[in-house]
Amino acid sequence: MSLPKVKQDATDARLSALTLPAGGWADPARKDALSRVQAMGLPNARDEYWKYTRPDTLVSAEVQDAPAIEAHEAPIFGERDRLQVVFVDGVFDAEASDDLAMEGVTIERLADAPDIHWAKDVYGVLETRGQTPVHRPLAALNTAFATDGLLIHVTGKAPKPIHINYVHKGAQSDAILHHVVKVESDCQLTILENGPAAARFNKVIEADIADTGTLHHVRAQGRDHDRRAVTHIFARLGSESTFKTFTLTVNGVLTRNEAVVEFTGDDAKAHIAGACLGDGSFHHDDTVFVTHDAVNCESRQVFKKVLRNGAVGVFQGKILVKPDAQKTDGYQISQSLLLDEDSQFLAKPELEIYADDVACSHGSTSGAIDEDSLFYLRARGVPRGLAEDMMTVAFIAEAVQEIDDESLQDELNERVTAWLARRRT
Amino acid sequence: MLEIKNLHVKLQEEDKQILKGVDLTVEAGKVHAIMGPNGSGKSTLSYVLSGRDGYEVTDGSATLMGEDILDMEVEDRAAAGLFLAFQYPVEIPGVGNMTFLRTAVNAQRKARGEDEMSAAEFLKVIREKAKSLQIDAEMLKRPVNVGFSGGEKKRNEILQMAMLEPKMCILDETDSGLDVDAMKLVSEGVNALRNEGRSFLVITHYQRLLDHIKPDVVHIMANGRIIKTGGPELALEVEHNGYADLMAEEA
Repeated sequence: MSLPKVKQDATDARLSALTLPAGGWADPARKDALSRVQAMGLPNARDEYWKYTRPDTLVSAEVQDAPAIEAHEAPIFGERDRLQVVFVDGVFDAEASDDLAMEGVTIERLADAPDIHWAKDVYGVLETRGQTPVHRPLAALNTAFATDGLLIHVTGKAPKPIHINYVHKGAQSDAILHHVVKVESDCQLTILENGPAAARFNKVIEADIADTGTLHHVRAQGRDHDRRAVTHIFARLGSESTFKTFTLTVNGVLTRNEAVVEFTGDDAKAHIAGACLGDGSFHHDDTVFVTHDAVNCESRQVFKKVLRNGAVGVFQGKILVKPDAQKTDGYQISQSLLLDEDSQFLAKPELEIYADDVACSHGSTSGAIDEDSLFYLRARGVPRGLAEDMMTVAFIAEAVQEIDDESLQDELNERVTAWLARRRT
Repeated sequence: MLEIKNLHVKLQEEDKQILKGVDLTVEAGKVHAIMGPNGSGKSTLSYVLSGRDGYEVTDGSATLMGEDILDMEVEDRAAAGLFLAFQYPVEIPGVGNMTFLRTAVNAQRKARGEDEMSAAEFLKVIREKAKSLQIDAEMLKRPVNVGFSGGEKKRNEILQMAMLEPKMCILDETDSGLDVDAMKLVSEGVNALRNEGRSFLVITHYQRLLDHIKPDVVHIMANGRIIKTGGPELALEVEHNGYADLMAEEA
């Protein structure tokens, strides 16, 4: 089947600007991914899955200018005991990174790893599974062309989190990174990510969590306003495993975060949550696809968006329950706080259920700040601006609470408060 | 302290006149009570004084210690010393009670050009005051009024009053939804705050509350005006005879 000409041309233009990294264990996966991209074509505005978010600047051969701004606050997570790995515009920074060594975890780099047998079973594999029933061509593009990334094999209980710190310097940097995480049975890891990464950033994480394994993922995307990003997390969950991911996004002219979660073992749990604050030319898209293909699994999607001055928030969330996935507990809520009439929230919640003994619910709301609460706070002497901020932080906090670690909750809430305060004065 | 002259107020949306010339002066250190039947305009008076949206002052004035409050922002009225204890305290999920109160105390101090209260000092003071109102540490930590019983909400209002140390306190049907014990506790909290520099305006349907918070002056409000003013005995008269007689007298 051939692609429509417009799509074919756009895909060719993008592919011709990229070079397939040669050789190594990932070679077959890359070549396979390339042929899948060629078959699917890169997304354009006519694709149903991109109805609310224009993909053109994510797909184009050229990168839109996005100057890195002067930092006004220290990077988040910086005060924690963690193993830090730094990428500058997508390039590994050995100087700034810690030794890639930690008890219970093996960390290697995609760019220089020798033949890694375990990673072969994951790299491009979960991404490929995630292409059905909906195409995600930008993830396949990533598998083909990723220049680097971390290969994290978790074989114990990691004593501290791995913190991937993405630094953005070049105004036209175009980074493609691909991380693979494999969590063995009874093993556990927390991954922290932060930073704007590049002028344009395409990132994939594939996380394969074995029976009774646990992976926590907390990410903060912030800073440079003009940056663009498309990210995918593909997670496969074994029996009694746990996967929890949370993303806080502030600023960013275009961000699309996709989470594709598949339950393959019984009694597992996945929480996918996020909060964003957008001001002005901000477009943020959370696209989530959860597939229940095992018994008695629990999935939770909790997304909150604060939008003002014409900012746009998108939520596309789907729960697919396959015929044998009895006792599924699926929950989904997406809410927006619209601080003015220029802002927009577009939500597309979907349930597709083929099993008959399940509990699934979804909800989506949009609203302004509650006037009664605002009056109550002001009547106690809290000025309007501060009262609005308190209400906004409270709204976001309900999503932040999805993170297990309270100190991480506090740190993210502080960032939200600071972001709001900077915009008030 | 509080001087209200010929106050006329209508509902913005319905073009309906609610207050039709209220005159009321509350002297420093005094407790005034306003009683009246449903729909007489009691709660409207409390909302207009505290600055709630939806009301339009068509005539008259209201001053707090000589300052016109009707043109002030809601938060500025609070900083100037006005406090409204809500009939229905609002639940605010996600905002911790303690955080809320410390923010309020310090915002008022800042507005008045005073030093902010340190976290340690605040903690010390609030613990002490909460204890006398039987508010435990758990209630202080919880989100504002969320999951509080009716009595807990009203006690929380009085705690806020105690922390903010206002000059002019308006209690809007603070007795509603309270059992006898809770009413006693709340009243004790209010009485503990009575002093020469602080005035109270207690709005209530029933005389019962005034057994606990003894007023200096009692006003009867009906149909948007104060129709009778007297001593505490006026409240007893209402208790025995209802409002009908007084309203008939007025007519």
